[in-house]
Amino acid sequence: MRQDHLITATQLSRPDIEAVLDRAREIDESREAFEQRYSGSVLALCFFEPSTRTKMSFETAAKRLGAETIDMGSVESSSVKKGESLADTVRVIEGYADALVLRHPSEGSAKMASEFVDVPVINAGDGAGQHPSQTLLDLHTIRERHGLDDLTIGIMGDLKYGRTVHSLASALTNFDANQHFISPESLQLPRSVRFDLHEAGAQVREHTEIETILPELDVLYVTRIQRERFPDENEYHEIAGEYRIDADTLSAAREDLTVMHPLPRVDEIAADVDETDHARYFEQAHNGVPVRMALLDMLLGGGSE
Amino acid sequence: MSPDRELRVSKIRNGTVIDHITGGQSLNVLAILGIDGSEEFSVSIGMNVPSDRLGHKDILKVEGRELSQSEVDVLSLIAPEATINIVRDYEVVEKNRVERPTEVVGVLSCPNRNCISNDDEPVETRFAVMADGVRCDYCSEILRDRLAEHIDV
Repeated sequence: MRQDHLITATQLSRPDIEAVLDRAREIDESREAFEQRYSGSVLALCFFEPSTRTKMSFETAAKRLGAETIDMGSVESSSVKKGESLADTVRVIEGYADALVLRHPSEGSAKMASEFVDVPVINAGDGAGQHPSQTLLDLHTIRERHGLDDLTIGIMGDLKYGRTVHSLASALTNFDANQHFISPESLQLPRSVRFDLHEAGAQVREHTEIETILPELDVLYVTRIQRERFPDENEYHEIAGEYRIDADTLSAAREDLTVMHPLPRVDEIAADVDETDHARYFEQAHNGVPVRMALLDMLLGGGSE
Repeated sequence: MSPDRELRVSKIRNGTVIDHITGGQSLNVLAILGIDGSEEFSVSIGMNVPSDRLGHKDILKVEGRELSQSEVDVLSLIAPEATINIVRDYEVVEKNRVERPTEVVGVLSCPNRNCISNDDEPVETRFAVMADGVRCDYCSEILRDRLAEHIDV
């Protein structure tokens, strides 16, 4: 991969994805070979929204490569609270760090930030837009179990505002994957993602219930239906209940079905699924570290060797 | 131009004649040009004039005003068939069809209220022009209908 920034999954080609995932596998197999590789480098974690998993896994990835991390602290205690623009913030932090990881509530924020700095910018979630590093770890998890071709994947939940879904759907167009989207009608994929899928010639079907498609799936990727999207609490409970899976639901699934979730989950995956062989969401979260190490290695190192 | 049409809209000495505007879009074209009637130059508008090519068209004659390229770019999005005639001393010295640009910068606002281009940041809006609409370079939002409502000039 020879790119300055990672802004959206649409910029990733199949060779780009395979290069990162191959490197992640290499790191998994010989972590000590990568320790201290970036000693003296500094990674800035610019999180304008609360984040636990993404921030900590980038932090861990940097430390395992020997790099230091700096962050802004909470938004409430930063200069953002004084009204500083994002453009100014990243231009200042550029002087402190070798790369920036940005989480921001506005769509397009990472793209804009990349226009103001010369160091690599990694989009760690821009509103309801994209979350490409999550997609790389999702693909790593899928590849290690099933490979990435000849795949039937169901993506269920909030498809409209789910940035992990938008990135994953785009990235999967690089592979021979049948994509099934399962959601209430009000939370179907946004027009821009549909356009990209159509342009890429993706094989896509949409459903409002999981039962019809479940037996065909190799992977079921579940996302949280967000309570705050519904003005009426009763409507939320009615809809959310229909997009909840438990061990009983999965009795109709293939034995080797992999269930994934970007986490945090609320109640869309019942605890009894954790005990089944289908559950891979904690392994998926753990994969964030080697995949982000690989990504940092390729961006800080200036490309594949 | 037939004598009948000449009666509808008189000749201008210097300025721009925008012909073959999609019927009903002339007021939006004026909005693009930032003309609201408070300026010193005179404006003639023909709306829903019969047209062999378009069925009905609008036509605008603006005395003492020539269009910039960015104005023509946006104009092309809402009036793709328009022709632009530059008139000097009653003569048409330049006659151009509008061409769709590959992008429009700083003239449309993004309909996605959560787009970074709608925050208080030092950037101009930027849209890629597609076959049937435009797409925000920042948030990827696609805008196909009612472009004129998002003109920000």
